[in-house]
Amino acid sequence: METDTITAISTPIGEGAIAIVRLSGPQAISLTTEIFKGKNLNDVDSHTIHYGKIIEPETKEIAEEVMVSVMRAPKTFTREDVVEINCHGGMVAVNRVLEIILAKGARLAEPGEFTKRAFLHGRIDLSQAEAVMDLIRAKSDKAMSVALKQMDGRLSGLIQKLRQELLETVAHVEVNIDYPEYDDVEEMSHNMMREKTKEVHAEIIELLGVAKQGKILREGLATAIIGRPNVGKSSLMNTLVQENKAIVTEIPGTTRDIIEEYVNVRGVPLRLVDTAGIRETEDIVERIGVERSRKVLKESDLILFVLNYNDELIDEDIMLFDAIDGLEYIVIINKTDLDQKLDMDKVRKLAGNKPIVTTSLIEEEGIDELEKAIADTFFAGEIDTGDMTYVSNIRHIQLLKQAKQGLEDAMEGIELGMPLDIVQIDVTRTWEFLGEIIGDTASDSLIDQLFSQFCLGK
Amino acid sequence: MTFDAGKYDVIVIGAGHAGVEAGFAAARMGAKTLMLTLNLDMIAFMPCNPSIGGPAKGIVVREIDALGGIMGKVIDKSYIQMRMLNTGKGPAVQALRAQADKPVYMKEMKRLMENEENLTIRQGMVDELIIEDGICKGVVTESKAAYYADAVIVTTGTFMRGKVLMGHLEYESGPNNQRVSVNLSKNLEDLGFEITRFKTGTPPRVNSHSVDYSKTEIQPGDENPKYFSHDTAEQMVEQLPCWLTYTNEFTHGVINNNLGLSAMYSGAKRGTGARYCPSIEDKIVRFNDKPRHQIFLEPEGRDTEEVYVQGLSTSLPESVQHEMLKTIPGLENAQIMRPGYAIEYDVIVPTQLWPTLETKKIPGLYTAGQINGTSGYEEAAGQGMMAGINAAAKIIGKDPVILDRSQAYIGVMIDDLVTKGTNDPYRLLTSRAEYRLLLRHDNADMRLTELGYDLGIVSDDRYNKFVEKKQFVEGEKKRLRKIVIKPTDEVNEVMEEAGATRLKEAIKAYDLLKRPELSYDIVDRMIESNSEIDSEVKEQVGIQIKYEGYIKKANEQVDRMLKMEDKKVPADIDYDDIHGLATEAVEKLKKVRPLSVGQASRISGVNPADISILLVYIQHGSIARIAN
Repeated sequence: METDTITAISTPIGEGAIAIVRLSGPQAISLTTEIFKGKNLNDVDSHTIHYGKIIEPETKEIAEEVMVSVMRAPKTFTREDVVEINCHGGMVAVNRVLEIILAKGARLAEPGEFTKRAFLHGRIDLSQAEAVMDLIRAKSDKAMSVALKQMDGRLSGLIQKLRQELLETVAHVEVNIDYPEYDDVEEMSHNMMREKTKEVHAEIIELLGVAKQGKILREGLATAIIGRPNVGKSSLMNTLVQENKAIVTEIPGTTRDIIEEYVNVRGVPLRLVDTAGIRETEDIVERIGVERSRKVLKESDLILFVLNYNDELIDEDIMLFDAIDGLEYIVIINKTDLDQKLDMDKVRKLAGNKPIVTTSLIEEEGIDELEKAIADTFFAGEIDTGDMTYVSNIRHIQLLKQAKQGLEDAMEGIELGMPLDIVQIDVTRTWEFLGEIIGDTASDSLIDQLFSQFCLGK
Repeated sequence: MTFDAGKYDVIVIGAGHAGVEAGFAAARMGAKTLMLTLNLDMIAFMPCNPSIGGPAKGIVVREIDALGGIMGKVIDKSYIQMRMLNTGKGPAVQALRAQADKPVYMKEMKRLMENEENLTIRQGMVDELIIEDGICKGVVTESKAAYYADAVIVTTGTFMRGKVLMGHLEYESGPNNQRVSVNLSKNLEDLGFEITRFKTGTPPRVNSHSVDYSKTEIQPGDENPKYFSHDTAEQMVEQLPCWLTYTNEFTHGVINNNLGLSAMYSGAKRGTGARYCPSIEDKIVRFNDKPRHQIFLEPEGRDTEEVYVQGLSTSLPESVQHEMLKTIPGLENAQIMRPGYAIEYDVIVPTQLWPTLETKKIPGLYTAGQINGTSGYEEAAGQGMMAGINAAAKIIGKDPVILDRSQAYIGVMIDDLVTKGTNDPYRLLTSRAEYRLLLRHDNADMRLTELGYDLGIVSDDRYNKFVEKKQFVEGEKKRLRKIVIKPTDEVNEVMEEAGATRLKEAIKAYDLLKRPELSYDIVDRMIESNSEIDSEVKEQVGIQIKYEGYIKKANEQVDRMLKMEDKKVPADIDYDDIHGLATEAVEKLKKVRPLSVGQASRISGVNPADISILLVYIQHGSIARIAN
């Protein structure tokens, strides 16, 4: 019998207005009760559904209005207590609910784990064992490849750097322990340890704040649509919104005239930035000036650069190409229903290896290709629906949070004056959490580090 | 033609550090045991450094002692210096290290062996194993004596096809010019065992009279030495110091100029050397920016002038060794008594063993010690102990004894060896243990005495003392919970003296002891003392209370780990039949044949998805069996 409670978003991303967060395990009901404002779920009958609100425990804020189904063991899918939380507020809200549950101590389910539990508890027929194993393999492989693809190169580089710093620190403590008479290295002091943990802690906090994955998860991929007036920017905007069940959100603290649209394009959450601007003036550059628009562009994760098929390339277009050089963008050549005046060869040359999509938004042509290009840019490969996008992202954030906690435990130990070999237990744990993010869990690295960093031996 | 030389329960081949523990444990458990050795005068010989213990290793010695083994007892009787290391650090990493009087150590060990009921020791060279129906049934010596037994433990150290290397000089030999064992190694190879070559080395020994100690720094022992064994009574002996000196640019010059002459650097393909005790030429090559290396001069005994030059392990020619010594302060006129050398030897790839140290290929055959790819006397002894226990357990019908990673360093080591194997001679380090806060030297008795007693190795007397200690520890913890310390002037005086902030409110003695800066003895001054308990109990109480939070956290991790250890892999599992396992995982699992899902998860190349699939498959199998 499993003793922990697992959770995950069980509905495919971007495929419906309702998303379900599922929990399974002994604490499924009690845990939900703690964050649920409504009936006391501990007392309700099995297989009943209840209206209420999910509350952020720290701030007491309402995270989401939900319907919660309570199903008690053994008549459930997994034969454990199961709770399903139906969320309506779209991706951002459902992720928030999941994060709250994880913070309460549930563990993020491994790929296929609900099914695995169902099987292990005899819920699924014996003949299905192979299917279950296939499912685990397929889901794990997919999760792994998605995780790797989504991993921003900068992020993994940074995590590797942090890990190396921690590893050197740990090796330093280890060499003091295992070779107490080795005089080549000064004894690690509480101060040195404090400095190192503080440094890495600050970087992890920053990562948690601005890491691309985290940002995408909470806010969507910041996407700017640019182009000269009258190339079809607002049509593109409207098309994406209509095709993809947009959620209109007012971002607190911003002025009402900047409204951001959230859309889900094939599992990729997009936040269309400054759309009000586009709607009103048709041109972001014109409205806010070249310098500021450059800044907006720099802060974008993805730029949709629209050109007119029916118009020649002019200096202003070239200037825009310059402005987005080095950024992630897709060139959209719109109005293919009209005659060609655009020099396609020149556009191809300017765009380099960036994707180019031709559309006629009026005729509703090329929209599939555009959506595919957006998804490809993000995943570097087509991905079918599933909860993997969420899982990988949430997993990373969860591990970063655990790493942060590990360092905070270490810092507490330092302040208490605990011996460094004890403080180091938490530092090692942090190093392992970071390793899980980038899929490196080899435990021999410490010993390798020890013997490459120091000249040891009798 | 062989002659029938008798029938035993257990035969131990070899009487080194693994062999003596194996023979002793098996005999104590009631197995009629024969120990065969090449040379009776070399029982428990230390071919390398004259010391026992140190970080991780010292804890192993305590673990052996807790199980009822002998290494601790013998070193306590033969030490010439005792030091507690890492005293400035936390309790988990403190460890005892002794300098040994080598000849006395051997003499004491031999006497113990000779006087052990159930144990026969005999001189003889084993050439071959007797295998019947794929099961090991005994051994045949070179003199054609055939000994029969239900279990055979091979503890041949570095003797199997040993080859001594010194510059261009190469000759077949065991350590220190002892006879080499060739036929047994070949026999094991013929039986289908995968054999690999490892290498280790030792430094020159010099005559103490020729050393100018005035140019070195003295390294004395502890004023109040502690002991490895709980059976050792307080016994003060005069301790001998060690001495510290350094290599310098001239030494390094000599080495660099002669690198081509080193057996290890002359280009010939060689066995894998130990990262954990590199030769001086290794150190110079790999860390060429280091201006000096430490050299410890360690006496090899009270009644000998031989001094071990720690830090100068080498396979350079003898002439270069002379040159090298001349450059080192204090050793300018040092006379070499024995030159240093490297030795290359056969090793059984340890993933061929079950965690009981029985070979998978041949039931009844066990291997322990350096033959399994480890380095160090303590590592060998720990394995010997477990092989002896398991061989005897099997014969007398007891369950196998496998120590898990939260129980003992010995468990960590054996699990590492049989699960991951090793690419170079394996040395225990505290960093190999995930739960080292639980694997302390001070609580080895708490962890393992009960087990040793159940196995019949630990004496009644020793066990009763242990039970009493346990009761005292629990009693004292309870008492401290009840005592309230009030912020009186007297109390605050003690607090200030200890460098702690003054008490403002009353606090339980138990909670006050949690403060890192307050030891048991300090808190003890603020309350009525418990006259019943000794320093060991106090130490235990202090550590258990002070590190309670960390210990609890470690225990939670252990619980998770043990859940996976409890999920057993059926012996008849067919990995090829498991749908969805990655090819690499299948290969590794087939080789290691883990006993539990937990062990499977530690095999490199087996990932979490494979483990999930394995779990499902095992469940499938058990359902199928119920259905049938």
